[in-house]
Amino acid sequence: MATKPLARNQLAPALMFLAPALLGFAVFFAWPSIRGLYLSFTDFNLLRAPEWIGLDNYIAIAQDPVFWNSLWVTIEYVVINIGIQTAAALVLAVLLHRFTRSMIIRGIVLLPYLIANVVVALVWFWLADYNLGLINSALDSIGFDRVGFFGNELLAMPTIALINVWRHLGYTTLLIFAGLQAIPRDVYEAAEVDGAGEWRTFRSVTMPLLRPVLAFVLVISVVGSFQIFDTIAVTTGGGPVDATRALNVYIYDQAFAQFDFGYASALSVVLMLILAVVALLQLRVLRANESDLDR
Amino acid sequence: MKRIVTAGVVVVATIGAFTGCTAGSSDDGTKTIKYGLWDANQLPAYQQCAEDFEDANDGYKIDIEQIGWDDYWNKITTGFVSGDTYDVFTSHVAYYPEFQKNGQVLPLDDYIERDDVDLSVYQDGLVELWQNPDGEQYGLPKDFDTVALFYNEQLTEAAGITDEQLASLTWNAEDGGTYEDVIAHLTVDKNGVRGDEPGFDKSNVETYGLWMEGSGGADGQTQWTFLTGTLPWEQTDGPWADSYHYDDPKFQETIAWWHSLVEKGYMPPFEAQTGIGWADQLIAGSAALVPNGSWMTGYVFGSASDTFTPAVAPTPVGPHGERASTMNGLADNISVTTKDADAAWEWVKYLGSEACQDVVADAAVVFPAIKTATEKAVAAFEGKGIDVSPFISQVENGTTILYPITDFKSDVNAIMTPAMEAVMSGKAGVDSLTDANNKVNALFE
Repeated sequence: MATKPLARNQLAPALMFLAPALLGFAVFFAWPSIRGLYLSFTDFNLLRAPEWIGLDNYIAIAQDPVFWNSLWVTIEYVVINIGIQTAAALVLAVLLHRFTRSMIIRGIVLLPYLIANVVVALVWFWLADYNLGLINSALDSIGFDRVGFFGNELLAMPTIALINVWRHLGYTTLLIFAGLQAIPRDVYEAAEVDGAGEWRTFRSVTMPLLRPVLAFVLVISVVGSFQIFDTIAVTTGGGPVDATRALNVYIYDQAFAQFDFGYASALSVVLMLILAVVALLQLRVLRANESDLDR
Repeated sequence: MKRIVTAGVVVVATIGAFTGCTAGSSDDGTKTIKYGLWDANQLPAYQQCAEDFEDANDGYKIDIEQIGWDDYWNKITTGFVSGDTYDVFTSHVAYYPEFQKNGQVLPLDDYIERDDVDLSVYQDGLVELWQNPDGEQYGLPKDFDTVALFYNEQLTEAAGITDEQLASLTWNAEDGGTYEDVIAHLTVDKNGVRGDEPGFDKSNVETYGLWMEGSGGADGQTQWTFLTGTLPWEQTDGPWADSYHYDDPKFQETIAWWHSLVEKGYMPPFEAQTGIGWADQLIAGSAALVPNGSWMTGYVFGSASDTFTPAVAPTPVGPHGERASTMNGLADNISVTTKDADAAWEWVKYLGSEACQDVVADAAVVFPAIKTATEKAVAAFEGKGIDVSPFISQVENGTTILYPITDFKSDVNAIMTPAMEAVMSGKAGVDSLTDANNKVNALFE
C-alpha cells in the first residue's frame, strides 16, 4: 500500500465532504439497523413500550412452519428469477455485442425496466386473469384449458418470478453488455486468427473475461431478488395458501397486519444474515475481486 | 424491506419522542379537529356535516382527511406512536379492539351520560359493537351494512328466472335447495347449455351461476356467513368470546356444499379468485349472481350497461326458516393523543346525531345507523332507482348477525385464511378445519 497517511489539514475538509453521506448513513441505515436488532429481542406491538424477551423471537422463528415455508418459496423465486434472467441476459448481451450497434434495439431491450414495478405487476395480473385476461382468452380460443397463473399454488410463484424476469432482463443485459465492452477487441481478433468459432470464442474468451462483471451482476441481483415484495403485494398478497408468502411479505404481515414488530424485526435480522452469507459465498466462489485480464 | 420496516419504526419512534404535537386550540381560540376517513364515496357527505357543524358551533374548525384503506390504518397506528394522529377517526371493528386494549382510544361513557345521549335511536346491536368486554362505550354508531345477492337481471331473465323467484330462495347444505337450482340454471357453458341440462360441459363455462370471491377467511362475511347463520351456527359465543366453532360439523358441511359448486362447474375454481374482482366479473358477465355487502351498491349500480342490468335479491332462507346476514357498522373513535378531548367529543356527538346522519342518508351511499336516518337513506336510494330493501329487510326482521368481535382477530385471520383457502382449492378436506380451529382456540389459552 502506497497511500500516504492523511495530512492533518486535510482531515477537516474530508470530513465535511463526507458529512452528508455519513449523516444519511447514520440516520437511515446504521441507527435503524441497531434499533431493529434491539427490537428483534423484544415483544413490541408499536403501541406499548418494547419488552425484552431475549431469544424468544428467534426460537419461535425456528419452530414457525410459515417462516420455513416463506424461506422455501423465496428460494424458489430467486432460483427461477435469477436463473432465467441471468442466462437470458447473457445471451441477449452477447447478441447485442457481437451483432448490432443499434441504439434503438438497446433502448427497446431496456424499455420494460423503465415501467414502475407495481404497474408491470398489475398489467400482467390483468392480462393473466383466469376469466377476463387476454392470455387465458388466447389459450381458450386455441383449445387449451384456462390457467390460474396467480391463483394456482404451483404456478403463482413461477408466474411472479417470470414477470420480474421480463422487467429486469433489459437492465441485467445492459450491465453484462457494459462488461463485454470492457473486454479488449484484440483478444477477439487473436481468437479469430486462431480459428475459433463463435461458440468457442464465447466459452474460452468471453466467459472467463466476463466473470468479474457477472459476479457483480449476480450478487446484486440475488440480493435484490431475495427481497421480492412489491409484485406480490399488489397481486397475490402472499396467497394462495402461503404459496407466495416470501420472506419480505411475511415480515410485512407480521409488522403491519399483526402488529408484532418484535417478531418482524427478528425475521428481518434473519433475512439480513441469510443475504450476507449468500453474498459472501457468491463473491468467494466467483472470485469477484480478481480478473483474468491481468494474467 | 427490512430496512423500511426498521427505519419506519425508528423514525416514528424518534418523532414520537421529540414532538408529541397534535391539533388543538390555536392562538385565536379556534378549536381545530383533525378527522380521518377512508371511503372517498362518503367524503362529500361528511364534508357537508363538517360545514354544518362549523356553522352551528362558533370557534370550531374540522379538518377532514381521506386516504385509502391500507394507508389509513398504517397512518393511524404509526400516528399513535408519534403522538400526532387524527383527533377523531372513522373506525372499524377489525382494528379498534387492538386500539382499545392498548389504551389508544378514549371511552365515551362520561360524555354520553353528561350530555344524556339517547343510544336507543340506533339500529339494534350497533351500540354493542363498540363496547369493550367491560361494557365501556368507545364509539357512537354512524352506519351499518348487510349482505344480499347482486345479480344481472338480463341473465336471470334469459334463464327464465323471475325476480320473485330470486326473492324467495331457500337453501340447505344437503341439496342446496332452490338456491342451488337457480345457480345451476344460471350457469351456461360455451355451447349455451345450462348447468342443469344434459350435455353441460363444466370445463368450458361461459357464465358461472355464482361467484366465489376467495375463501372468506375467518369470517366469510360476504361468502358464507349468510348461509351458516341460517343453520343456525354461531361462529363464537357472542362478543369478546374466547373460542371459535369452526370444528362444528354443521359449519363444515356448509363449506363442503359450497365447495361442491366448484366441482359441479357452477362456481369458478379457487385459482380463478386471484385476479380481477367479483364486481367486475359480474359486470362483464362472467358470473350471474354474487353475494356481497351493501357498501358495494353504488359501484354495482353505477356500472349498468347494455349487457348489465344490476339488481339485488335477499339472501336465501335457510333450514331454520329465516334468512341471515352479517351486520357490521362503523363508528368514530377519539384518539388518546387529542389535545382537546371535549372538542373532539362535540364533533363525535354531531357525527352520531340525526342532523349529520340525515345528510349522509341523502347522499345514498351507505345506511346511517339512526333508525329514522336509515329510512331516509332507503328513500334516497329509491330516488336513484335502486331498491335496497333486500339489505334492509334483514335488519327489519332481526335476522342479522353481529360481526364476531374477539381478541387476536388478526391472528385468527392468519390461521383461518390459509386453512379455508386449502379447502376451497380442494387441497384439503373440510375436516382439516377442526385442526385449524384448535390452533385458533389455542390463541386464547
